[in-house]
Amino acid sequence: MLSLRVPTPTSFRRLHAGRSRLSRDCLFSYSPSFVNRGVRLRVRSTKSEVVFTPTEEEEEVTLPEELQPELMPKHVAIIMDGNGRWAKNQGLQPWDGHRAGVEALKEIVELSGRWGIQVLTVFAFSTDNWIRPRIEIDFLFSLFERSLKSEFQNLAQNNVRISIIGDSSKLPKSLLRLINEGEEGTKNNKRLQLIVAVGYSGKYDVLQACRGIAQRVKDGEIDVDEIDEGLIEQELETNCTEFPYPDLLIRTSGELRVSNFLLWQLAYTELFFAQELWPDFGRSGYIEALMSFQQRQRRFGGRKS
Amino acid sequence: MAELPGQIKRMSGGIKQLLEQIFGFSRRCLFRIISMGPIPNHLAFIMDGNRRYAKKCGLEEGSGHKAGFSALMLMLQYCYELGIQYVTIYAFSIDNFRRQPEEVQSLMDLMLEKIKSLLEKESIVHQYGIRVYFIGNLALLNDQVRAAAEKVMNATAKNSRVVLLICIAYNSTDEILQAVKKSCINKYTYNIEASGSYKHEDTDSEIEAKDIENQEKKIQLVDIEENMQMSVAPNPDILIRSSGETRLSNFLLWQTGNSQLCFPAALWPEIGLRHLVWAILNFQRSHSYLEKRKKQL
Repeated sequence: MLSLRVPTPTSFRRLHAGRSRLSRDCLFSYSPSFVNRGVRLRVRSTKSEVVFTPTEEEEEVTLPEELQPELMPKHVAIIMDGNGRWAKNQGLQPWDGHRAGVEALKEIVELSGRWGIQVLTVFAFSTDNWIRPRIEIDFLFSLFERSLKSEFQNLAQNNVRISIIGDSSKLPKSLLRLINEGEEGTKNNKRLQLIVAVGYSGKYDVLQACRGIAQRVKDGEIDVDEIDEGLIEQELETNCTEFPYPDLLIRTSGELRVSNFLLWQLAYTELFFAQELWPDFGRSGYIEALMSFQQRQRRFGGRKS
Repeated sequence: MAELPGQIKRMSGGIKQLLEQIFGFSRRCLFRIISMGPIPNHLAFIMDGNRRYAKKCGLEEGSGHKAGFSALMLMLQYCYELGIQYVTIYAFSIDNFRRQPEEVQSLMDLMLEKIKSLLEKESIVHQYGIRVYFIGNLALLNDQVRAAAEKVMNATAKNSRVVLLICIAYNSTDEILQAVKKSCINKYTYNIEASGSYKHEDTDSEIEAKDIENQEKKIQLVDIEENMQMSVAPNPDILIRSSGETRLSNFLLWQTGNSQLCFPAALWPEIGLRHLVWAILNFQRSHSYLEKRKKQL
């Protein structure tokens, strides 16, 4: 039985031809996932015609038409590459590029929460980035601190949990304090988990997992023969989430490399390489990446029967 | 008149030979031009798309893999002609054991046949002086395939010009797991021995010795890396996966952190010189930037 929900029509705007998918019966199944902002939906039926527009609340949780809700990835990872080049193209300083990058990240975090993605991991700062000029590194960390402070309320309101992974030993103490406060304050939020990789490298992650396991062997907690892939998974820094393996990895700026990000966890991840630089990525780039993901056939080494 | 078919046959054979020589010459010229820029030292291939190729051409099931093998021989020839020293191929994943038993068996039979053919005098191994390694959890293979693989490894151990690494019954996570296990065993044994030898020192030097001990106790990156099976080769410069799928499928995860990734849409049996050249030109484009970064690190 199909159900009909008809909010009071307030404005009428044209619907692009061919976009609506309709049932044969007169009762129209209205699902928020098929409605986009500012779009009028015309229901052709054998018995009646219904025209309505969605309300503001329903617009908040709508998925773009191009995406299917049942094929959304649970965990998306992003290598946010291209801030420096973006700034250079615009004739700006590198730090302006990073500021623009933070704005782009805010948009993606908001969209991820709305579209039902459960974990979003972003590569903010790699171990290789330590070779950058000191002034740029200092700026990045102070930008990170400012963003954490200003966005804390937003994260709480949007039910976003923040976690940080990576080697925090070289980070400034003020940043570390903020990170701990942020993690503590948002640990019960359930809608979206935002994992920020700072001072992170995939090899370092496996190394620290190995050290953890070696310690447990030394303490007599486990036997060497009991070491298996599950144990390594438990010790990796991504053990802070229920879904440690990304379904989709997006890298912006057109570079075709993984750059030592989430090494173990990327075994079966679908990779998507976007041409845009990170500050330009935005909603349309994200939809393109997700659409590409939804069209892939994932076999995990087996065969599609 | 009876001689005519024979003459035509000889002529067409001659033309074919001439064409091959012309193509070979053009290819070597092209390689000389490309070699003016940096050439990768190590190329890795994920040979995906054999079955889809068979389906596309309306062939029977096993023929896709046979066509794939021919494509592989051609690519190896090009790589070694170009001066690439290491080539790694993903022949069979541990996950592939989950396929239908008939397919797994036919793949094992094909691999046994091809592994044995590597020892023949006319094989590519002798032509280019290839040292062959079989990388993976070989205990998972049946006795015949494992014995053939070990025989080839022993027979080619003295070759030093170029190297072919065949990943069979391989998973990157399995490789890392084995390396982690070995590192833990080595460190554990070291720690037991080390703690035993400090018992007879006096108080001050005992404390100092313990500090040194604590420093050395921690496993380092090199400990894991030296226990990796792929440590016999440097990291790949380029990873090429055919058939357009863009994922790593648990292949060389540890080693390809900074590798150039290439995902040509062609199915593996369709892979050709142009895909290799395209991959190398892309590699050359980003090479200078990466070298600069490596020096800084």
